Amino acid sequence: MEERQFICINCPMGCRLTVTLEDGEVTSVSGNTCKRGEVYGRQEATAPRRVLTCLMRAANREKPFSVKTSTPVPKELLFRCADQVYRTRPNAPIAMGDVVIHDLCGTGADVLATQDLA
Amino acid sequence: MKEVDILIIGGGSAGMAAAAAAYEQGSRSILILERSDRLGGILCQCIHNGFGLHRYKEELTGPEYARRNVDVILERQIPYMLHTFVLDITPDKVVTAMNPQEGLFQIQAKAIVLAMGCRERSRGALMIPGTRPAGVITAGAAQRYLNLEGYLPGKKVVILGSGDIGLIMARQFVMEGIEVKEVVELMPFSSGLTRNISQCLNDFNIPLSFSSTVIEIKGRSRVSSVVVAKVGPDRKPIPGTEREIECDTLLISAGLIPENELSKAAGVQMSPSTKGAVVDDNLQTSVPGIFACGNVLHVHDLVDNVSAESEDVGRSAARYVAGQLPDSDFSNCIPVREGSGVGGLVPQFISHANAEGTFKLMFRPRSIYRNAAACVYADGTCVARKKAMVLTPGEMCEILLDHAAVQGAETVTVKIEEN
Repeated sequence: MEERQFICINCPMGCRLTVTLEDGEVTSVSGNTCKRGEVYGRQEATAPRRVLTCLMRAANREKPFSVKTSTPVPKELLFRCADQVYRTRPNAPIAMGDVVIHDLCGTGADVLATQDLA
Repeated sequence: MKEVDILIIGGGSAGMAAAAAAYEQGSRSILILERSDRLGGILCQCIHNGFGLHRYKEELTGPEYARRNVDVILERQIPYMLHTFVLDITPDKVVTAMNPQEGLFQIQAKAIVLAMGCRERSRGALMIPGTRPAGVITAGAAQRYLNLEGYLPGKKVVILGSGDIGLIMARQFVMEGIEVKEVVELMPFSSGLTRNISQCLNDFNIPLSFSSTVIEIKGRSRVSSVVVAKVGPDRKPIPGTEREIECDTLLISAGLIPENELSKAAGVQMSPSTKGAVVDDNLQTSVPGIFACGNVLHVHDLVDNVSAESEDVGRSAARYVAGQLPDSDFSNCIPVREGSGVGGLVPQFISHANAEGTFKLMFRPRSIYRNAAACVYADGTCVARKKAMVLTPGEMCEILLDHAAVQGAETVTVKIEEN
């Protein structure tokens, strides 16, 4: 039996979660004050994921623009994902919501622009 | 002189929400003055997510949240001026401003909404000894250089202060390939959200030292190292605990200060507790017809709350201009006092203008309390009690009160009681 502690990152409450696992399977989550916390606890203990928010550069502009992944990506792939974002240079103009990378590092997540770049 | 009914100083989250609400309330004479090249305020440079969970039930990045508010301003065609810097406000509500197109000009307003936001505590304010090399920068300034201009502030960073902005920048720096050596926090606890400690520091094994501070900055033309020492309960450095950390950048994330130079010029009474204006339950200041909302009134944790608060102010300003809300009169109000454990209390007065309905009391706990309750007393009687598992300075508390519950009281006191 394994017990792990996390701080839920879903909202500013920051509930302290205790997740118990048996042979890698989650048997219980406690300390959460809402359902999202329970879901987060299970996910974090088995396959932690994070939304990546970072900057990207357009090939034809000096200033960067901000992007995010459409869904969380596996935490262990975060740096590899950031690297692919860094190496991809789409062309401006770009509109908020545009998909600038499909299927980032094979995670199934897209990278979306979160601002306009004229 | 130009005239306008409602003049809003600042086109960020607070100013835009106030403008939209004033419009909904029926005002058609509104003007937003914004010093930057775009509306949106500080959220334009906050490219991380976590905004809008309460207001839009979605997790948005800063620019996306700002965009929703800008779209409302554009749809309603609410007038605004960019690159416009306000120099002065008089108690008669004459605003002096300037911009490249018009030069210097003045506007007579019937109501003014102060929505100027905050500035950051600087190295000078902290009086950190040492040389004055390049590489000493506040977290928000680094965020602007990086996210709006595309410049890395340095390669090896030490962060002073565990406030949210420093934590967010720590994470972004790591993703950009900058080495974040340590976060140094003066207090024995963090002022930032717990989830930020988790997802910005713990996720990347960045050490966080409590009860410590930077006592010297070294370097000639560029920062070469900082000296860190432990501090005692009096927050003074303990001799013999000094250690030197090699770095090229000291990032200062040591608190936000409401930007109130204009408020003081207008003769607005200020609160030493919030560093913002003293206000009544309509968020009207001591100068009749001048209202305040957002970070300029008190520093918020969630922009969702800034928007809600600012909408209330927009409505109040519109009602004031329409003659439906009387001039503020603190001598004829119930004072609200900070009791034990309570700091940064807003509002500081409850007017008799509203006999019905509810209003919000907001404050920050002075330290960490577990299994405690925030209690509101009207004279000797407890009229509201809000229990919480954890009350911490990093998270603003709100209590909703009925006007009816406090009418007739001499004083209202808010305090924290532990079980």
